[in-house]
Amino acid sequence: MSIMSLSAIELGKKIREREIGVAEAVGEALAAIKAKDKALGSFVTVDREGAMERAGEVQRQIDMGELTGPLAGVPMAVKDNLCTRGMRTTCGSRMLSDFKPVYTAEAVRNLERAGAILLGKTNMDEFAMGSTTETSAYGATKNPWDLSRVPGGSSGGSCAAVAAEECSFALGSDTGGSIRQPAAFCGVTGLKPTYGTVSRYGLVAYASSLDAVGPVARNVADCAAVLEAIASHDKKDSTSVRREDCCFTEALRDDVKGMCIGIPRDYLAAGVDEAVRVAVFDAAGALEKKGAHIEEFDLGLTEYAVPAYYVIACAEAGSNLARFDGVRYGHRAKEYDGFHDMYKKSRAEGFGAEVKRRILLGSFVLSSGYYDAYYLKALRARTLIRQAFDRAFARYDVLLAPGAPSTAPRLGEALKDPVQMYQGDVCTVAVNLAGLPALSLPCGRDENGLPIGLQLIADCFEEKKLIRTAYAFEQTRDYERCPFAVHPERRT
Amino acid sequence: MGKRYETVIGLEVHVELSTRTKIFCGCPAAFGGAPNSHTCPVCMGMPGALPVLNRQVVEYAIAVGLATDCAITECCQFDRKNYFYPDNPKAYQISQLYLPICQNGGIEIETAEGKKRIGIHEIHMEEDAGKLVHDEEENVSAVDYNRAGVPLLEIVSEQDLRSAEETVAYLEKLRLIIQYLGASDCKMNEGSMRADVNLSVREAGTEELGTRTEMKNLNSFRAVSRAIAAERDRQIGLLEAGKKVVQETRRWDDRKECSFSMRSKEDAKDYRYFPEPDLPPVIISERWIADVRRRQPELRGEKMARYQKEFGLPAYDAQLLTGDKAFADLFEATVEICGRPKRVSNWIMVEVSRLLKEHGMAPDEIRFSPENFAKLIVLADTGSITNTVAKEAFELVFLEDADPERYVKERGLATVNDEGALRAAADTVLAENPQSVKDYLGGKERALGFLVGQTMKAMRGKANPALVKAILLELLHEETE
Repeated sequence: MSIMSLSAIELGKKIREREIGVAEAVGEALAAIKAKDKALGSFVTVDREGAMERAGEVQRQIDMGELTGPLAGVPMAVKDNLCTRGMRTTCGSRMLSDFKPVYTAEAVRNLERAGAILLGKTNMDEFAMGSTTETSAYGATKNPWDLSRVPGGSSGGSCAAVAAEECSFALGSDTGGSIRQPAAFCGVTGLKPTYGTVSRYGLVAYASSLDAVGPVARNVADCAAVLEAIASHDKKDSTSVRREDCCFTEALRDDVKGMCIGIPRDYLAAGVDEAVRVAVFDAAGALEKKGAHIEEFDLGLTEYAVPAYYVIACAEAGSNLARFDGVRYGHRAKEYDGFHDMYKKSRAEGFGAEVKRRILLGSFVLSSGYYDAYYLKALRARTLIRQAFDRAFARYDVLLAPGAPSTAPRLGEALKDPVQMYQGDVCTVAVNLAGLPALSLPCGRDENGLPIGLQLIADCFEEKKLIRTAYAFEQTRDYERCPFAVHPERRT
Repeated sequence: MGKRYETVIGLEVHVELSTRTKIFCGCPAAFGGAPNSHTCPVCMGMPGALPVLNRQVVEYAIAVGLATDCAITECCQFDRKNYFYPDNPKAYQISQLYLPICQNGGIEIETAEGKKRIGIHEIHMEEDAGKLVHDEEENVSAVDYNRAGVPLLEIVSEQDLRSAEETVAYLEKLRLIIQYLGASDCKMNEGSMRADVNLSVREAGTEELGTRTEMKNLNSFRAVSRAIAAERDRQIGLLEAGKKVVQETRRWDDRKECSFSMRSKEDAKDYRYFPEPDLPPVIISERWIADVRRRQPELRGEKMARYQKEFGLPAYDAQLLTGDKAFADLFEATVEICGRPKRVSNWIMVEVSRLLKEHGMAPDEIRFSPENFAKLIVLADTGSITNTVAKEAFELVFLEDADPERYVKERGLATVNDEGALRAAADTVLAENPQSVKDYLGGKERALGFLVGQTMKAMRGKANPALVKAILLELLHEETE
């Protein structure tokens, strides 16, 4: 059994028990990246020297008994929109092609303190805008289950890297499903925590009121352990929440007896692939067998979630991305005439088409005369959606839904019709609008052998219910390694 | 016969708050420093950096709001004002539009025409921008972000002002209130207090407001006053000529005594304001307000009453001393050391004021210490030095914060009480001025003054004048016997 086929927790245990050295583990991971990433394209930056150097330090700290946690010595990858001091952080954009942050994001620092080893930065849709990881300026990442397909997005690089066993776990960010949807497409587990649970300090903002940092891993236990490490109250992030109980691994119990689980009919209506629908209902059946009470119900308002999401997300994005003007850092056009021209040229050259589309949308919905009609209305829809979830959680502990309405499309298919692509976010965006925690884990495969994701949604601060339910379901099936992870040379 | 016009003025006043750190990060808010030395990822607008509100800014805003009779907003929020400019690091300024912290206040001003209340529409908190430095020779611009993120209060008045006199009175009153609260030093020349004037004219007696212009770059009360006069005349001139006033922003040039158009309404930017998602709403409880109120320093009215009651000062003195916070601070600090409130008051009103005027300085530019000032007053008040010497010594205290005791000692300026020396000097003066002696003895009392003066002069001002007079009288009476 190779080191990279182990889960993060298993590897951490073997490292603590001196069965595997940290340098050995990191070396294996770097070798896996070398062997696979040319075909896969999950990484934008790999820091071989830095990772090996850090491996030595962490090994010493483990030997001295200073590091005893479950993630000490475990190699990880981080989405390229989380700042890493001195290491290029591109956000998948030409705009930041040579940008080296002067500080490290709080979530990454928390993992470094826990002894995890940073291998490098993973590919993503430019500034996290997209559902396929094709809008990256550094080329598209491929789905390890089928290299002619997309891995999903925007955390496609992180999810593909975990599925392909290039790292033991990864960090992603989720603004409208950017962890859960690619996790579903890649057959891995991804968790979007309650808004404010993980500090956003150092996460390059897409839509501030929706952004969340979360783990991508092989299984639920790994996700729980990583979340436990990254959750913190951070004074540098005013929207960070002080939570008393962050011992998420305590919830890893194979017990759903008496839990009340709701299936919103809205999320399984027209537009959802038959294979996905069947897999979700099969999963519900498995949980019912374990003693959970399952009910279908109408959540309501789902048709407003996607438009409200795109209005709010684009409004915030237009403002958040305005700082990329080429004045202090980032891409600056070579020739220009005065600073207005410098702005225009630098931004025209630095940003890709999808980013420009969303900046334009965002500027439009906030412009004078349209603010009330679009932005304010979207805020009102957001409140109503939150209330619909409140009603649901008065009755249900957890909701079941697909992680995505379909399995992974072929490369180049989705971007042809942006509105259709936006509609694909219907299963995930409402969770961000309401700030809820949600998790996606594998629950089967379609007729093409592509993974299907099961999404679990809980009320704010109820990650433990999510983890418990997901863990119990996970016990009913084996983890399916993707063929590419095992035999990268045999291309599908 | 020409029409009569009424001028309608509203003010937007920006005040830089005297907090130790910036509004959304821990960088020093202090003026100066090497370019970009007071910066961090937050105030430089680096990717991923987030703002954290400085609580002291909220407290100053509440304090100013309470002192200007405003309602404090229970739940206020920040908004983003989006615009591109190199001094604006995030390409948006965090400000308040929809729910400002203070609303619906007002202050009372007094002019030659009597008392009047000027409404305050709102007060909001925001961050300052950086500073562009243009290098004409190299034809490049550099940006210094030290000022980016320094906290500002913007105080927006109602359109209640009708003249330059009222406007200056309003500004002076506002400055005094804010200085008393310790919220800002309000120096217009250094930019810690800036005023933009909105002005329109209308025919006297009509209700409808005329088209208004906004005037920027006013760096002194004098500039405000002159700009108002010039803009009023310009607008009336346009109307009289049958032309229209264009709604625009203008820039005052104090040297040329006229203003220039900066941008018209057509170029007005759409700031696309929306609630700042990185900052939760600021909840201000009754308790917090009460707490700020309790810690509120003494304001002018209270100080004036206390000076009369506690120090027995006449109302005139109390009014003058409290009319500038720097005077009041100097007065209290000095009295704390040496007592003698009336003497201290006289010194401030007469000698300090005279030297300030002579040197073209404002009271807040006083640099000498209350310690040296107190020493000087004690020396003069106990007769250790004469008034002449005291005035001379004070010039050095004023300019160099010199130690008056040392100055008097080093130059041997202590009052001479030595009778032998004085008698010798008086003898010489009498011998040299026989006519004056004759005059005095002939009944001309005034001649005595001259003789005292001559003796004092001979003693280079250091003699105890009372003693000189007594000795002269004694010698003159001897002559008659």
